[in-house]
Amino acid sequence: MVQTVDGIMRRESPSSRDRVVELADRSWRPLALLAACYAIWWAITKFEIVPRYLVPSPGTTLQVMADKAGYLGHHTLVTAYETVLGFAIAVVVGIAAAVLMVASAEVEKTLYPLLLFAQVVPKIAIAPLFVVWLGFGLTPRIVVAVLIAFFPVVISMVTGLKSVDPEMLQLASTMGASPAKTFAKIRFPASLPFLFSGLKVAVTLAVTGAVVGEFVGGNDGLGSVILQANGNIDTPMLFAGLLVMSFLGVVLFVAVEFAERLLLPWHASRRGDAVTVTY
Amino acid sequence: MTVTQQAPAVEIDRVAVRFRAKKRDVLALENVSMDVRPGEFVSIVGPSGCGKSTLLKLVSGLLKPSAGAVRLLGGTVGGPRHDVGYVFQRAALLEWRTARKNILLQAEMRGMAQKEAAARADELIAMTGLTGFEDSLPHELSGGMQQRVALCRALLHRPPVLLMDEPFGALDALTREQMNVELHRIWHETETTVLLVTHSIAEAVYLGNRVVVMTPRPGTIAEVIDVALPRVRDYAATMSQPAFAAATSHIRDLLGAARHSD
Repeated sequence: MVQTVDGIMRRESPSSRDRVVELADRSWRPLALLAACYAIWWAITKFEIVPRYLVPSPGTTLQVMADKAGYLGHHTLVTAYETVLGFAIAVVVGIAAAVLMVASAEVEKTLYPLLLFAQVVPKIAIAPLFVVWLGFGLTPRIVVAVLIAFFPVVISMVTGLKSVDPEMLQLASTMGASPAKTFAKIRFPASLPFLFSGLKVAVTLAVTGAVVGEFVGGNDGLGSVILQANGNIDTPMLFAGLLVMSFLGVVLFVAVEFAERLLLPWHASRRGDAVTVTY
Repeated sequence: MTVTQQAPAVEIDRVAVRFRAKKRDVLALENVSMDVRPGEFVSIVGPSGCGKSTLLKLVSGLLKPSAGAVRLLGGTVGGPRHDVGYVFQRAALLEWRTARKNILLQAEMRGMAQKEAAARADELIAMTGLTGFEDSLPHELSGGMQQRVALCRALLHRPPVLLMDEPFGALDALTREQMNVELHRIWHETETTVLLVTHSIAEAVYLGNRVVVMTPRPGTIAEVIDVALPRVRDYAATMSQPAFAAATSHIRDLLGAARHSD
């Protein structure tokens, strides 16, 4: 914080050196935890606390990842494609559904039970049905990803649209604003922080959806890599597949967070961590 | 003064407001009548929950009376009115917009000509001492600054009537005094009719030509006090006037009596 002559506190834009310090401060704890996990994993295999064929050593797993980089890369791209497409469809449809539900109580009453039903039906259980209906291609997996990611998008967007400051809306009506203008200038931007918290949940769920789809049908994608490795008791490949899959989830999550920072620099939760750094 | 001869800017005619809360009818306002002359500054004080804010909502058309009628600038209020400016206790600013863009929201919503609106915004920014803070986001501004932005937004379209619902209630005492002085000056410069709801007796008397004192629920008007002070007032000098002391102590008595009869 910088105090100006007027006594108003203003934030200083951080220098690049501050940014490095900030990044280091933020990341050393999770990195230390990761290192500890790696060490425990290494020790378990090194001292054969668990037989090697059940848990491969980190070295072996990384070796497999390096040797089969092309193979893993191809299947990762397939899963990533399904996930991103499924997520994107879930976002578009989810936002549209939320807007309709908030705009009309009738639509909400009609859609809500259906939505809840679609959510409580275990997607993993109905995935085989999609394979029967849509074949062994990418489509059934994308559908499962959409279905699984859709719910958090709708719920967070509905919450966001409904949590607009009522005084702000009263003010808009004294300004003679049309509902469309009120939506575009007040309701929609105000709901974005809520939407993004839903999107972060949705994007990780979309990975799960795509992989579940791959488990059920087809012979590409990380889901089938794991299934095949499991069938062959090829644990190094199984672990490699799991690691890549987790990494994919993390990358997508970070991408959504990055988009949030870019689109909502004003958002309160972002403001919070800027303050802690100045201590 | 010539203003007394003009038609009232605001007419509240035997108004009652009934709410339904928890299967029980609550009478918020009962038989409230008052006129506000154009260019007049009327302060409204009363215990919490006496329907002071409800009164402002009636004038702006955000709320319909259960009985009686409200007329604003000659016309009966039937729905949200666009010819008022509204300031709430919380600044209610859009977090993602800079001070200037928050002020210009008024113009965007109304579809005002951009050039004219921008010029008016500059004028108000200068008038309220926001110069230098136009491009700050609300969270970078102090409470007093945020409230100034809300005031500018309310004044952008030159409303004939300004409604203020405890606008300085969340500010510290010193900032509040400062804002009182500024509001007095702005009122004087713009010649707007102002209805101010407040909890501060000193604020009510310093700013008001008249002070409406209300009773607890159901809210009725206990008394309307004419403040025997000049139209243009210096803050410190006003505080030491006998008329000021007389008005404030009278209002304090009225509010105290209302509390005891509760």
